[in-house]
Amino acid sequence: MQPLFEFLLRQGDNALVLGHRTSEWCGTAPALEEDIALTNTALDLIGQTQLWLGYAAEVEGADRSANDLAYLRDVHDFRNLLMLEVPNEDFGRTLMRQFLFDAFQVPWLTALQTSADPRVAEIAAKSLKEATYHLDRSAETVIALGDGTADSNARMQATLDYLWPYVGEIFVDDDTDQTMADALIAPLPSSMRPVWAATIEETAKAACLSLPESDFAHHGGRSGVRHTEHLGHMLATMQVLQRSYPGAVW
Amino acid sequence: MSVKEWPLWEVFIRGQHGMSHRHVGSLHAVDAKHAIKNARDVYTRRNEGVSIWVVEAAHIAASSPSEKGPMYDPARDKVYRHPTFYDIPDDVGKM
Repeated sequence: MQPLFEFLLRQGDNALVLGHRTSEWCGTAPALEEDIALTNTALDLIGQTQLWLGYAAEVEGADRSANDLAYLRDVHDFRNLLMLEVPNEDFGRTLMRQFLFDAFQVPWLTALQTSADPRVAEIAAKSLKEATYHLDRSAETVIALGDGTADSNARMQATLDYLWPYVGEIFVDDDTDQTMADALIAPLPSSMRPVWAATIEETAKAACLSLPESDFAHHGGRSGVRHTEHLGHMLATMQVLQRSYPGAVW
Repeated sequence: MSVKEWPLWEVFIRGQHGMSHRHVGSLHAVDAKHAIKNARDVYTRRNEGVSIWVVEAAHIAASSPSEKGPMYDPARDKVYRHPTFYDIPDDVGKM
Protein backbone atom coordinates (compact mmCIF):
# COMPACT_ATOMS: atom_id res chain seq x y z
CA MET A 1 0.00 0.00 0.00
CA GLN A 2 1.30 3.47 -0.81
CA PRO A 3 2.50 5.25 2.33
CA LEU A 4 0.56 8.44 1.57
CA PHE A 5 -2.67 6.47 1.03
CA GLU A 6 -2.04 4.62 4.29
CA PHE A 7 -1.41 7.91 6.09
CA LEU A 8 -4.61 9.46 4.73
CA LEU A 9 -6.65 6.40 5.70
CA ARG A 10 -5.39 6.76 9.26
CA GLN A 11 -6.52 10.37 9.41
CA GLY A 12 -9.85 9.66 7.75
CA ASP A 13 -10.62 6.50 9.71
CA ASN A 14 -9.93 8.21 13.03
CA ALA A 15 -12.46 10.90 12.12
CA LEU A 16 -14.95 8.41 10.70
CA VAL A 17 -14.94 5.94 13.58
CA LEU A 18 -15.05 8.61 16.29
CA GLY A 19 -17.67 10.50 14.28
CA HIS A 20 -19.87 7.42 14.06
CA ARG A 21 -19.46 6.60 17.75
CA THR A 22 -20.34 10.19 18.63
CA SER A 23 -23.39 10.10 16.37
CA GLU A 24 -24.73 7.18 18.41
CA TRP A 25 -25.67 9.78 21.04
CA CYS A 26 -28.08 11.52 18.69
CA GLY A 27 -31.43 11.60 20.49
CA THR A 28 -30.17 9.89 23.66
CA ALA A 29 -27.72 12.32 25.31
CA PRO A 30 -28.31 13.29 28.95
CA ALA A 31 -29.47 16.83 28.11
CA LEU A 32 -30.91 18.39 24.98
CA GLU A 33 -28.03 20.88 24.79
CA GLU A 34 -25.43 18.10 25.05
CA ASP A 35 -27.31 16.08 22.46
CA ILE A 36 -27.04 18.90 19.94
CA ALA A 37 -23.41 19.58 20.85
CA LEU A 38 -22.46 15.92 20.39
CA THR A 39 -24.32 15.74 17.11
CA ASN A 40 -22.45 18.86 15.93
CA THR A 41 -19.18 17.20 16.90
CA ALA A 42 -20.15 14.05 15.01
CA LEU A 43 -21.00 16.10 11.93
CA ASP A 44 -17.69 17.97 12.15
CA LEU A 45 -15.87 14.65 12.22
CA ILE A 46 -17.84 13.18 9.33
CA GLY A 47 -17.04 16.35 7.36
CA GLN A 48 -13.35 15.86 8.08
CA THR A 49 -13.70 12.23 7.02
CA GLN A 50 -15.02 13.30 3.61
CA LEU A 51 -11.93 15.46 3.08
CA TRP A 52 -9.37 12.89 4.23
CA LEU A 53 -10.95 9.88 2.53
CA GLY A 54 -11.73 11.92 -0.58
CA TYR A 55 -8.06 12.72 -0.94
CA ALA A 56 -7.12 9.13 -0.02
CA ALA A 57 -9.32 7.84 -2.85
CA GLU A 58 -7.63 10.20 -5.33
CA VAL A 59 -4.19 9.12 -4.18
CA GLU A 60 -5.12 5.46 -4.43
CA GLY A 61 -6.30 5.97 -8.01
CA ALA A 62 -8.40 2.80 -7.98
CA ASP A 63 -11.65 4.47 -8.98
CA ARG A 64 -13.02 4.39 -5.44
CA SER A 65 -14.77 7.30 -3.73
CA ALA A 66 -14.72 8.48 -0.11
CA ASN A 67 -18.09 6.74 0.29
CA ASP A 68 -16.66 3.46 -1.03
CA LEU A 69 -13.81 3.68 1.46
CA ALA A 70 -16.16 4.44 4.34
CA TYR A 71 -18.94 1.99 3.61
CA LEU A 72 -17.43 -0.87 1.66
CA ARG A 73 -14.25 -1.71 3.54
CA ASP A 74 -14.16 -4.37 6.22
CA VAL A 75 -12.58 -4.36 9.69
CA HIS A 76 -9.05 -5.33 8.66
CA ASP A 77 -8.90 -2.44 6.16
CA PHE A 78 -9.58 0.19 8.82
CA ARG A 79 -6.67 2.24 10.17
CA ASN A 80 -8.19 4.05 13.16
CA LEU A 81 -6.86 4.09 16.71
CA LEU A 82 -8.33 1.32 18.86
CA MET A 83 -9.34 3.88 21.48
CA LEU A 84 -11.84 5.40 19.06
CA GLU A 85 -13.72 2.19 18.30
CA VAL A 86 -14.48 0.97 21.83
CA PRO A 87 -18.15 1.49 22.76
CA ASN A 88 -19.32 4.80 24.23
CA GLU A 89 -20.42 3.06 27.44
CA ASP A 90 -21.60 6.29 29.09
CA PHE A 91 -21.41 10.06 28.68
CA GLY A 92 -18.25 10.19 30.84
CA ARG A 93 -16.29 7.74 28.73
CA THR A 94 -17.46 9.39 25.53
CA LEU A 95 -16.20 12.80 26.64
CA MET A 96 -13.01 11.45 28.22
CA ARG A 97 -12.12 9.69 24.97
CA GLN A 98 -12.97 12.81 23.00
CA PHE A 99 -10.69 14.80 25.28
CA LEU A 100 -7.76 12.35 25.04
CA PHE A 101 -8.09 12.43 21.25
CA ASP A 102 -8.64 16.20 20.93
CA ALA A 103 -5.56 16.89 23.05
CA PHE A 104 -3.58 15.08 20.35
CA GLN A 105 -5.50 16.39 17.33
CA VAL A 106 -4.95 20.07 18.11
CA PRO A 107 -1.12 20.00 18.10
CA TRP A 108 -1.16 17.35 15.35
CA LEU A 109 -3.35 19.36 12.97
CA THR A 110 -1.43 22.50 13.88
CA ALA A 111 1.75 20.78 12.70
CA LEU A 112 0.06 19.38 9.57
CA GLN A 113 -0.82 22.92 8.50
CA THR A 114 2.79 23.27 7.35
CA SER A 115 2.84 19.92 5.56
CA ALA A 116 4.84 19.70 2.33
CA ASP A 117 1.65 18.28 0.78
CA PRO A 118 -0.64 21.29 0.18
CA ARG A 119 -3.84 19.19 0.29
CA VAL A 120 -2.88 17.81 3.70
CA ALA A 121 -2.13 21.34 4.89
CA GLU A 122 -5.51 22.60 3.67
CA ILE A 123 -7.50 19.80 5.29
CA ALA A 124 -5.58 20.29 8.54
CA ALA A 125 -6.26 24.04 8.56
CA LYS A 126 -9.97 23.49 8.11
CA SER A 127 -10.17 20.68 10.69
CA LEU A 128 -8.11 22.53 13.27
CA LYS A 129 -10.79 25.13 13.96
CA GLU A 130 -13.27 22.36 14.74
CA ALA A 131 -10.77 20.38 16.82
CA THR A 132 -9.92 23.46 18.87
CA TYR A 133 -13.57 23.89 19.80
CA HIS A 134 -13.95 20.16 20.49
CA LEU A 135 -10.97 20.29 22.86
CA ASP A 136 -12.32 23.33 24.65
CA ARG A 137 -15.62 21.60 25.20
CA SER A 138 -14.35 18.11 26.05
CA ALA A 139 -11.71 19.42 28.49
CA GLU A 140 -14.28 21.51 30.31
CA THR A 141 -16.68 18.59 30.57
CA VAL A 142 -13.93 16.31 31.89
CA ILE A 143 -13.10 18.92 34.52
CA ALA A 144 -16.76 19.46 35.43
CA LEU A 145 -17.41 15.73 35.88
CA GLY A 146 -14.04 14.95 37.48
CA ASP A 147 -14.34 17.82 39.92
CA GLY A 148 -18.06 17.15 40.43
CA THR A 149 -19.67 14.78 42.89
CA ALA A 150 -17.96 11.80 44.51
CA ASP A 151 -19.91 9.58 42.12
CA SER A 152 -18.97 11.48 38.97
CA ASN A 153 -15.33 11.69 40.06
CA ALA A 154 -15.16 7.92 40.65
CA ARG A 155 -16.72 7.21 37.27
CA MET A 156 -14.37 9.57 35.43
CA GLN A 157 -11.37 8.02 37.17
CA ALA A 158 -12.61 4.54 36.20
CA THR A 159 -13.06 5.60 32.58
CA LEU A 160 -9.61 7.21 32.48
CA ASP A 161 -8.14 3.96 33.86
CA TYR A 162 -10.07 2.02 31.21
CA LEU A 163 -8.93 4.18 28.29
CA TRP A 164 -5.33 4.66 29.41
CA PRO A 165 -3.95 1.42 27.89
CA TYR A 166 -5.25 2.67 24.52
CA VAL A 167 -3.61 6.10 24.46
CA GLY A 168 -0.08 4.82 23.86
CA GLU A 169 -1.01 3.70 20.36
CA ILE A 170 -1.33 7.32 19.26
CA PHE A 171 2.43 7.79 19.62
CA VAL A 172 3.85 4.53 18.23
CA ASP A 173 5.86 5.44 15.10
CA ASP A 174 6.11 2.93 12.28
CA ASP A 175 7.49 2.80 8.71
CA THR A 176 4.59 4.80 7.30
CA ASP A 177 5.16 7.54 9.86
CA GLN A 178 8.87 7.59 9.09
CA THR A 179 8.20 7.89 5.34
CA MET A 180 5.79 10.79 5.96
CA ALA A 181 8.32 12.49 8.23
CA ASP A 182 11.13 12.08 5.67
CA ALA A 183 8.90 13.63 3.00
CA LEU A 184 7.98 16.48 5.40
CA ILE A 185 4.31 15.56 5.00
CA ALA A 186 3.77 14.98 8.73
CA PRO A 187 5.83 14.97 11.91
CA LEU A 188 6.39 11.73 13.79
CA PRO A 189 3.43 11.05 16.10
CA SER A 190 5.88 10.41 18.95
CA SER A 191 7.02 14.04 18.73
CA MET A 192 3.53 15.14 19.81
CA ARG A 193 3.67 13.30 23.13
CA PRO A 194 5.16 16.07 25.32
CA VAL A 195 2.61 18.70 24.37
CA TRP A 196 -0.20 16.14 24.62
CA ALA A 197 1.02 15.03 28.04
CA ALA A 198 1.14 18.63 29.25
CA THR A 199 -2.52 19.16 28.28
CA ILE A 200 -3.56 15.87 29.88
CA GLU A 201 -1.71 16.57 33.11
CA GLU A 202 -3.08 20.08 33.45
CA THR A 203 -6.66 18.97 32.80
CA ALA A 204 -6.43 15.88 35.01
CA LYS A 205 -5.19 18.06 37.85
CA ALA A 206 -8.08 20.49 37.44
CA ALA A 207 -10.44 17.51 37.25
CA CYS A 208 -9.09 15.93 40.46
CA LEU A 209 -8.13 12.79 38.51
CA SER A 210 -4.88 10.87 38.75
CA LEU A 211 -3.12 9.63 35.63
CA PRO A 212 -2.39 5.90 35.60
CA GLU A 213 1.31 5.08 35.70
CA SER A 214 1.32 2.07 33.40
CA ASP A 215 2.92 2.49 29.97
CA PHE A 216 1.27 -0.63 28.59
CA ALA A 217 -0.26 0.15 25.21
CA HIS A 218 -2.69 -1.84 23.09
CA HIS A 219 -1.93 -1.33 19.43
CA GLY A 220 -2.86 -2.71 16.04
CA GLY A 221 -5.58 -0.25 15.02
CA ARG A 222 -3.45 2.26 13.13
CA SER A 223 -1.55 -0.54 11.44
CA GLY A 224 -4.70 -2.59 10.81
CA VAL A 225 -3.07 -5.68 12.30
CA ARG A 226 -5.63 -6.27 15.04
CA HIS A 227 -8.77 -4.32 15.87
CA THR A 228 -10.91 -4.88 18.94
CA GLU A 229 -14.02 -7.04 18.65
CA HIS A 230 -16.09 -3.85 18.78
CA LEU A 231 -15.26 -2.44 15.35
CA GLY A 232 -17.03 -5.20 13.42
CA HIS A 233 -20.25 -4.60 15.32
CA MET A 234 -19.97 -0.88 14.74
CA LEU A 235 -19.37 -1.31 11.02
CA ALA A 236 -22.32 -3.69 10.75
CA THR A 237 -24.57 -0.86 11.91
CA MET A 238 -22.76 1.87 10.03
CA GLN A 239 -22.56 0.04 6.71
CA VAL A 240 -25.81 -1.90 6.64
CA LEU A 241 -27.55 0.43 4.23
CA GLN A 242 -24.80 0.41 1.60
CA ARG A 243 -24.35 -3.33 2.02
CA SER A 244 -28.07 -4.04 1.65
CA TYR A 245 -28.74 -1.52 -1.12
CA PRO A 246 -25.43 -1.09 -2.96
CA GLY A 247 -25.10 2.33 -4.56
CA ALA A 248 -28.09 3.81 -2.72
CA VAL A 249 -27.97 7.61 -2.75
CA TRP A 250 -30.08 10.42 -1.29
CA MET B 1 -29.23 11.14 43.92
CA SER B 2 -31.74 13.84 43.16
CA VAL B 3 -31.90 15.08 39.62
CA LYS B 4 -31.43 18.82 39.62
CA GLU B 5 -32.21 20.85 36.53
CA TRP B 6 -29.52 23.19 35.30
CA PRO B 7 -30.56 26.85 35.51
CA LEU B 8 -32.27 28.46 32.55
CA TRP B 9 -30.39 31.02 30.42
CA GLU B 10 -31.74 33.44 27.85
CA VAL B 11 -29.69 33.72 24.69
CA PHE B 12 -29.09 36.81 22.56
CA ILE B 13 -27.29 36.65 19.22
CA ARG B 14 -25.96 39.40 17.02
CA GLY B 15 -26.18 38.25 13.42
CA GLN B 16 -23.75 38.73 10.55
CA HIS B 17 -25.20 42.09 9.56
CA GLY B 18 -27.30 42.72 12.64
CA MET B 19 -26.94 45.97 14.51
CA SER B 20 -27.88 44.60 17.90
CA HIS B 21 -28.22 41.38 19.83
CA ARG B 22 -31.63 39.77 19.52
CA HIS B 23 -33.28 37.28 21.79
CA VAL B 24 -33.30 33.92 20.06
CA GLY B 25 -34.40 31.52 22.78
CA SER B 26 -33.31 29.86 25.97
CA LEU B 27 -31.41 26.81 27.15
CA HIS B 28 -30.12 25.08 30.26
CA ALA B 29 -26.50 25.25 31.41
CA VAL B 30 -24.49 25.02 34.63
CA ASP B 31 -22.77 28.41 34.33
CA ALA B 32 -22.22 31.33 31.96
CA LYS B 33 -19.31 29.74 30.07
CA HIS B 34 -21.24 26.54 29.59
CA ALA B 35 -24.28 28.55 28.47
CA ILE B 36 -22.24 30.32 25.78
CA LYS B 37 -20.90 27.00 24.52
CA ASN B 38 -24.38 25.52 24.47
CA ALA B 39 -25.71 28.62 22.71
CA ARG B 40 -22.98 28.22 20.10
CA ASP B 41 -24.12 24.65 19.49
CA VAL B 42 -27.85 25.20 19.71
CA TYR B 43 -28.32 28.59 18.05
CA THR B 44 -25.39 29.25 15.68
CA ARG B 45 -25.23 25.96 13.78
CA ARG B 46 -26.23 27.65 10.54
CA ASN B 47 -23.80 30.50 10.74
CA GLU B 48 -26.37 32.83 12.32
CA GLY B 49 -24.19 34.86 14.58
CA VAL B 50 -20.99 36.69 15.28
CA SER B 51 -21.59 37.42 18.95
CA ILE B 52 -23.46 35.74 21.80
CA TRP B 53 -24.82 37.14 25.05
CA VAL B 54 -26.35 34.96 27.72
CA VAL B 55 -28.08 35.96 30.92
CA GLU B 56 -29.51 33.74 33.58
CA ALA B 57 -33.28 33.93 33.19
CA ALA B 58 -33.71 34.48 36.95
CA HIS B 59 -31.85 37.78 36.59
CA ILE B 60 -34.30 39.22 34.10
CA ALA B 61 -36.89 41.50 35.67
CA ALA B 62 -40.06 41.55 33.59
CA SER B 63 -43.11 43.75 33.49
CA SER B 64 -46.31 42.11 34.57
CA PRO B 65 -48.91 41.27 31.91
CA SER B 66 -51.71 42.27 34.31
CA GLU B 67 -50.42 45.86 34.28
CA LYS B 68 -50.77 46.05 30.53
CA GLY B 69 -53.43 48.77 30.67
CA PRO B 70 -51.65 51.32 32.87
CA MET B 71 -48.26 50.47 31.32
CA TYR B 72 -49.02 50.80 27.63
CA ASP B 73 -52.45 52.25 26.95
CA PRO B 74 -51.51 55.87 27.76
CA ALA B 75 -49.04 55.82 24.85
CA ARG B 76 -51.63 54.65 22.36
CA ASP B 77 -53.28 58.00 21.53
CA LYS B 78 -50.09 60.04 21.45
CA VAL B 79 -49.38 59.76 17.76
CA TYR B 80 -47.10 62.80 17.89
CA ARG B 81 -44.54 60.62 19.62
CA HIS B 82 -44.04 58.65 16.42
CA PRO B 83 -41.69 60.32 13.97
CA THR B 84 -44.06 59.67 11.07
CA PHE B 85 -44.55 63.37 10.30
CA TYR B 86 -41.02 63.95 9.14
CA ASP B 87 -39.50 63.36 5.71
CA ILE B 88 -36.24 61.55 6.18
CA PRO B 89 -33.72 62.03 3.37
CA ASP B 90 -32.65 58.77 1.75
CA ASP B 91 -28.96 59.32 2.41
CA VAL B 92 -29.53 59.34 6.16
CA GLY B 93 -29.70 55.55 5.93
CA LYS B 94 -30.89 53.26 8.68
CA MET B 95 -32.26 54.96 11.78
